[in-house]
Amino acid sequence: MYLLFIFLPLLSSLTAGLFGRFLGGKGSCFLTVNCLLVTFLISLLIFFEVAFMNCCVYIKLFTWVDSGFFNVDWGFQFDSLTVIMCCVVSFISLLVHLYSVEYMANDPHLSRFMSYLSLFTFFMLILVTADNYIQLFVGWEGVGLCSYLLINFWFTRIQANKAAIKAMIVNRIGDFGLAIGIFIIFVNFKAVDYATIFSIIPYFVCYKFNILSIDFHLLSLISFFLFIGAMGKSAQLGLHTWLPDAMEGPTPVSALIHAATMVTAGVFLLARSSMFYEYSPSILSFVTILGALTAFISATIGLLQNDLKRVIAYSTCSQLGYMIFSCGLSNYNVGIFHLMNHAFFKALLFLSAGSIIHAVADEQDMRKMGGLKNLLPFTYSMVLIGSLALMGFPFLTGFYSKDIILEVAYGQYSSEGFFSYILGSISAFFTAFYSIRLICLTFLTKPNGFKKVVCQAYDSSYYIMTALILLSIPSIFIGYVSKDMIIGFGSDFWSNSIYITPNKHNIIDSEFIPHIYKILPVVLSLLGALISFIMYLFFKDFLIITKLNYRILYNFLNRKWFFDKLYNEFIVQYFFKFSYNISYKLIDRGIIEVFGPFGLSKLITKKAYYLYRAQTGYLYHYSFILLLSTTILLGVKQLWFFFGYLLDFRLFIILFITIFFYLNYKK
Amino acid sequence: MTLINIYYILSFTFIIFIIGILGVVVNRKNILIIIISIELMLLAVNLNFIVFSIYLDDIIGQLFVLFVLTVAASESAIGLSILSAYYKVKQTIAVDKIKSLKS
Repeated sequence: MYLLFIFLPLLSSLTAGLFGRFLGGKGSCFLTVNCLLVTFLISLLIFFEVAFMNCCVYIKLFTWVDSGFFNVDWGFQFDSLTVIMCCVVSFISLLVHLYSVEYMANDPHLSRFMSYLSLFTFFMLILVTADNYIQLFVGWEGVGLCSYLLINFWFTRIQANKAAIKAMIVNRIGDFGLAIGIFIIFVNFKAVDYATIFSIIPYFVCYKFNILSIDFHLLSLISFFLFIGAMGKSAQLGLHTWLPDAMEGPTPVSALIHAATMVTAGVFLLARSSMFYEYSPSILSFVTILGALTAFISATIGLLQNDLKRVIAYSTCSQLGYMIFSCGLSNYNVGIFHLMNHAFFKALLFLSAGSIIHAVADEQDMRKMGGLKNLLPFTYSMVLIGSLALMGFPFLTGFYSKDIILEVAYGQYSSEGFFSYILGSISAFFTAFYSIRLICLTFLTKPNGFKKVVCQAYDSSYYIMTALILLSIPSIFIGYVSKDMIIGFGSDFWSNSIYITPNKHNIIDSEFIPHIYKILPVVLSLLGALISFIMYLFFKDFLIITKLNYRILYNFLNRKWFFDKLYNEFIVQYFFKFSYNISYKLIDRGIIEVFGPFGLSKLITKKAYYLYRAQTGYLYHYSFILLLSTTILLGVKQLWFFFGYLLDFRLFIILFITIFFYLNYKK
Repeated sequence: MTLINIYYILSFTFIIFIIGILGVVVNRKNILIIIISIELMLLAVNLNFIVFSIYLDDIIGQLFVLFVLTVAASESAIGLSILSAYYKVKQTIAVDKIKSLKS
């Protein structure tokens, strides 16, 4: 059952991909959706067995690599952390599959699309169920690959191709860090499977590791490199630029990959490697600060984006920041809890955004929408549910996780904790602001679109509706239902899958923080929602005047803090220039060719020409050379006595190179 | 009987030989001079042979001299005939003008 759970998506993907032309679009859809349905049902069963019955399952399939110390098995490990991810991934994936049946119905490459979606699900399941870091890396790269394939699903669009390449490469930077982390783990622990590593970590607390002739604290170093990987995948500040660009793909892709599953892999990695992080406090504070900054900066960028999907993408980025900093504050379970809740309402938001886009003839600009409330009442209610859950409206899903995150941040009583609390609260305000802004601009204001488009706007049909309804239910209830199980005090849900040092266990502390700080985030987000609602509905003139007066600020936020510009102009351009001028023109076509084929052949031709020129045809020249060479030949022994002691092969090398350069210089 | 030191004679023959070589190498005008110089070199060699033959009291050296004399005579005869044949074709025997050796 457990293996079926993992390999069913692969099976459906291969079938839909290889035999899609025989199955046809409809057939592929039917197959993949049903396979995913079975997968999801199995995942519920697994969740019941593993999490409720509290029995972890370990499956060793067979040996992958067995070479001396290096031993990697294909193995699967189902513990609480894994099964919660499995449930989320398979559920979201199922609904996205279901949604795509209608959303992509008229696409000629439907079976390819379904195949990719299933393949992505498979790799994500490999990632979360792996029992060693190498296998996790397989899943890690696999989801990266599938994200590439899916983002440029419409491969004829140049923007989609560029976005896909960007996503792949920026992810690869993180993957590089992850790979280095795994190497360091292997070098020191002589093992890559979790069971071995985590059981012997306490012996390595005082170890130093020498890298670039500097001694680093081993566990900090490993956690740092693992975090680089998580940064890439989870779009943390610095490597976050790929996520908003990845919105070029079809909307279900955005919902599946860039909202619910792939980006959560970073958080999952942090939670999985909690043993490492707990023993490296400096990296933990770094993680906290970076996560808080990501939450804040992405929220501010999200404020003034005009693209419907981009707003949601930045809110994803921001929420990932929340998860990461809650992991950085040693509350991995809270981070995973938020991950789960976020997956539901973010998928809901994305899919309803897709529904909107579908309704208004693929228009993504919010400024050209408006007044869709009465035309798309169903989608409107779904977006409303998603947005309220996102902004942490009391008693919706987001409320339970987001508030807990901020409470434990304050309850940490450390400077990073306060820092992230403050930034997180401000981000909560911004989050509410742009969520309501999205709703206002799309649904509530007067229609701004073309009359033809607005007249033809209609709610989507059954598949999309089903998917949205099924997502909206957990968006409302899952936080309330599962709060006590996942982050409740004394819950043994996590049994051994997450390790938190006892002195960082601050869930009780967070219960007793001052009351004002407990309700501040909620108040702020409600205030943000209210301000945004009033502004965008009744004071539009004021907003326009503000925008015109503070043009610089507007541009700054609308252009994403100029991160892209900065990267393109100072890093990407520099590397392009380097790779063209230095490594291509100077080294490949320069030095190597001069010392290699072209230079040598030219040299030999030239020398041969000199020798040829020496034959003048004059008798006396010949006789002179005859005399000279006879003399030298007879005198060799005497010459050897003179110069023999000076002879050294190194001298010949120097002589050769000097002559070489001299000859080339003369030319 | 006053004995002449052998080194004087050897240096005498050596100088003659060198003069012959320089006559071949330095000469740029007349090809006859080259032939004469070659004869001079052979002469020096002959003298050398004779000197060593007497000095070592060995007849082989003089035997060789006779051979060399005949070879020199036939060589100069062949050389002169090549020269006259060449002159018939080219109308000149100046060394400067002989450039047909160039490939």
